[in-house]
Amino acid sequence: MPLISIRDLVVEYEGRRVLNELNLDIEAGETMVLLGGSGSGKSTLLRQIIGLERPKSGNVIVKGLDIATCSSSELKQIRHSIGVAFQSAALFNSLTIEENVALPLREHTALAPSIIDLMVWMKLAVVGLADFRRLHPQALSGGMKKRGAVARALSLDPEILILDEPSAGLDPIVAAELDELILLLKQTFQMTVIVVTHEMASAFRIADRIAMLHEGSFSSVGTKEEIKASENPRVRQFLDRIPKDMAKAPALSAYFEKYLAKKETLQ
Amino acid sequence: MATILENVGKKTIEQFGYVGSLNIQLWSTLRAMKSALPLVGNRYRWRTTVRQMLQIGYDALPLVSLMALCTGFILALQGASELRHFGALHYVIDLVAVGFTRELGPLLTAIAVSGRSGSAFAAEIGTMKVTEELDSLRVMALEPIEFVLAPKYLAALISVPCLSIISNFFGVLAGGLFMFFSTRLAPLLYFHYVLRSIALSDVITGLIKSLVFATIIAHVGCLEGFGVRGGPDSVGRSTTSAVVKSTFFVIVADAIFTAIFYFTGAN
Repeated sequence: MPLISIRDLVVEYEGRRVLNELNLDIEAGETMVLLGGSGSGKSTLLRQIIGLERPKSGNVIVKGLDIATCSSSELKQIRHSIGVAFQSAALFNSLTIEENVALPLREHTALAPSIIDLMVWMKLAVVGLADFRRLHPQALSGGMKKRGAVARALSLDPEILILDEPSAGLDPIVAAELDELILLLKQTFQMTVIVVTHEMASAFRIADRIAMLHEGSFSSVGTKEEIKASENPRVRQFLDRIPKDMAKAPALSAYFEKYLAKKETLQ
Repeated sequence: MATILENVGKKTIEQFGYVGSLNIQLWSTLRAMKSALPLVGNRYRWRTTVRQMLQIGYDALPLVSLMALCTGFILALQGASELRHFGALHYVIDLVAVGFTRELGPLLTAIAVSGRSGSAFAAEIGTMKVTEELDSLRVMALEPIEFVLAPKYLAALISVPCLSIISNFFGVLAGGLFMFFSTRLAPLLYFHYVLRSIALSDVITGLIKSLVFATIIAHVGCLEGFGVRGGPDSVGRSTTSAVVKSTFFVIVADAIFTAIFYFTGAN
């Protein structure tokens, strides 16, 4: 039985269909990358998996429980087994990094403060932030904030780790470091990882399987090799970086030429 | 004509919806309040409550005191300019003492707190929403109502009545200063007359009003924050809206309570 099962999932915002009858199974221990362009529905799908939004129809079943219909206590139980690092890191600015990571432990466990401190130190050491634990998020760089968010997502040792655009807005070196961190986490903790991204290099580095979203539907789901070899035009367009509407390019070029000629005449 | 009626109807339904949301939020907060209480609740929530109490109460002391001092002086001056024609200058004492304890002390405090803290609540929660901090609370199985709103509400319930009492004191003090400089009335004798003119019921009704005002300010501010959609511009709009709506509701509630106390003979 898959750890996460998505069945005929339909999501609509104000009558506009954002996700269109999606079906996907994610097995325990695998790294699934949700790949797709801006507005393809990746983050919406992620919000459905963590139960932040309810679908119009269909089911998201996590560990045998339907997210949309389960009780609030069941949803809380599921959420204890999921760690999420948001795109914006979403660390609490009023708390230091170590307080951010300690928050779920303080709220959901009866551990002694000294044990919590030790656990927090360990999580921060895993992501390379142990020396910065006393700093507030605003004092950290973008990459460090994202690593802090990963450390907080790991604090309750979740079965499922969800990362929303972990490398967005980061330079290639920091992005590569984050990829290595994801691989290390998977290897060390044997957890199921779901990564939402539009960075292909990152996706092909970390994924076991890739689900490619286009306008709310999966255009392709498969292993890295299957996706690379895919003949699906949507997949090829994304992988070969072909602009969406080439027809507009000559018109734009003509417009700029006309503008420059006019500017020269005026000078 | 039909369009005007249609728009009026639409706006009325919207306002009823808003009041309904405030009520739902109020009941949810009351259910979650236990966690913010000292000894029986969560110690981290109580710490947050104390911090909020300092922000709402202690930090607002200079502003509230100065506003009360100026308003008390204005009230005494305006009252005296009419009452002296009838040789009834000593009634200025009753006017200031009763006017402040029943009405102006709680109202001025509420307006000051609404401008300072109501807007701060909306901005803080709105920013948390924009930066996905509220979502990250939910995925950590923490309820924003319990984690964010309950400490703020409890802090407002404690701070606003305390500030109202301080406002009463400074308003009455301003009346004393006026009487001293205009009639050379000894300060001790002035406070003797003040205590003779006000009844315990005046103080109690003033405090009941300030509890209601605290509820309005905390809940309107937080509801505006939770209602933020989109980006930072929406936070700005919600902040303005929080001040405008809470001031309006405070004045409406004041009118209703004054009428109730008048007709029931409480004042």
